[in-house]
Amino acid sequence: MPAGNGSVNGSGSANGNGSVNGNGSVHVDGNIKVAIRDLSFYYGKYKALKNITLPLYRNKVTAFIGPSGCGKSTLLRVLNRIYEMYPDQHAEGEVLLDGQNILDRGVDVTLLRAKVGMVFQKPTPFPMTIFDNIAFGLQLYDHHPKSVLDGRVEHALRRAALWDEVKDKLHNSGTSLSGGQQQRLCIARSVAIEPELILFDEPCSALDPISTAKIEELIAELSEDYTIAIVTHNMQQASRVSDYSAFMFLGELVEFDVTEKLFTAPSQKQTENYITGRFG
Amino acid sequence: MNRARYVRRRRRSNVFMVLSIAATLFGLGWLALILVALLYQGFSGLDVSVFTQSTPPPAAAGGLLNAIVGSLMMSFFAVVIGTPIGLMAGTYLGEYGRHGRLGFVVRFLNDILLSAPSIVLGLFVYDVMVLTMGHFSAWAGGVALATIVIPVVVRTTENMLLLIPNTLREAAAALGAGHSIIIRQITWRAARAGIVTGVLLAVARIAGETAPLLFTALNNQFFSLNPNGPMASLPVSIFQMAMSPYADWHRLAWAGAVLITMTVLILSITARAVESRSE
Repeated sequence: MPAGNGSVNGSGSANGNGSVNGNGSVHVDGNIKVAIRDLSFYYGKYKALKNITLPLYRNKVTAFIGPSGCGKSTLLRVLNRIYEMYPDQHAEGEVLLDGQNILDRGVDVTLLRAKVGMVFQKPTPFPMTIFDNIAFGLQLYDHHPKSVLDGRVEHALRRAALWDEVKDKLHNSGTSLSGGQQQRLCIARSVAIEPELILFDEPCSALDPISTAKIEELIAELSEDYTIAIVTHNMQQASRVSDYSAFMFLGELVEFDVTEKLFTAPSQKQTENYITGRFG
Repeated sequence: MNRARYVRRRRRSNVFMVLSIAATLFGLGWLALILVALLYQGFSGLDVSVFTQSTPPPAAAGGLLNAIVGSLMMSFFAVVIGTPIGLMAGTYLGEYGRHGRLGFVVRFLNDILLSAPSIVLGLFVYDVMVLTMGHFSAWAGGVALATIVIPVVVRTTENMLLLIPNTLREAAAALGAGHSIIIRQITWRAARAGIVTGVLLAVARIAGETAPLLFTALNNQFFSLNPNGPMASLPVSIFQMAMSPYADWHRLAWAGAVLITMTVLILSITARAVESRSE
């Protein structure tokens, strides 16, 4: 059985889910999947995230909006520690996933990434068949007999609303699919290893409106089972798909609130200027 | 608009174009002459005996069988030795040592090796292998050719890996794959066509190399499959026969030249086909 069960490193995880909300007051809430606390991030010496504190609620969609370069993608890349592929980048602070700080040295990134899936801006099908694209992740964690693998692959493709389109060509190359299908393939690939949190980094920015609508629908469905964080440049998209929204600017979190409130009655002037198109 | 100025500008542009075309035709013209001479002379000497008989004594019937087999065998050794080393070193440069100091040094040395005169590589292998073993051998010839294969494969492998977008590596890492799995299952696969092309071009490169074989495999009048002894090869046979005063040997030399040229041509076309099919 892959990932998904048990804690990331087994050793001493904190009790409860302490967190700080947007206004700075601390409360403990079992509905918080991820508590980001005082997180700063550096590209070399450049500080790209400045003391970010916010929660990601369980089985909710949280959208990150803000102008280019505000740090929203950077924040997402901390949550599965993918930034560690680049030696000059580092993070400071705490990111508690179910109470356990994933930035701790002792945390096994492989097991962390089994719990935290990621979908990228441009579709990234691997250079192999559609079937193998899904099986790749599954085989990393366990050796599955063919029959089990077939079932898991089908299940994942169904979850990503792609099964009907590809069931007769599972052994065609993943790159032969259209852009929207490729993106759903990537979602299926993430879903296959049964993560708990899925990160979407501008998943629709390379897609046409119809593909975009499908992905948005999918995100809504997936939030029944997964906690979701999505970075988007498209504010309509943020308001359509998310339950909570965070507005970031120049590496700082300006405002975090229920999406409806953030878009209709923002408490910060900067947020209002941004969502009404006055800057950014 | 100043009409006179416009006319002058257009005239200048035409002159420039004519000069460019003339230079191109000049270069291509010589190439065509070489090819015509080669094909005319070579095909007239090409018959079945070229493939069935070995080097004849002067003024007797014979062929290039020993040289063809020798070239195939030593090229095979060179690829078998050179490809894994080149592939791994290129992978180090493209995946692990991109920005590191060691990567910089290896890349620099590889560039030197890439442009080193092949006779120097031949002398090196002569010193290291032939003198140590006490005799010329096809092994030494294969190793000498491998020293030419390695830098070519290193360079193409690195370049092909650098073309693979980082997002593909990140996507695999995001599923929890470690670096070696990402390389073996994702980036090598994505770069496969380019890497195969590199190996094919390296073979094309060594097909016509004479200098590294002169001091290593030497030559052999007789058919031999013994890698421990001297062995004939097409380029060295051509060299020997073309320098001789015998008309029969001249004909064989031309036939050998055509064989090498056709091999290189076929390898290059195959390399192109492999590369374009992967698009």
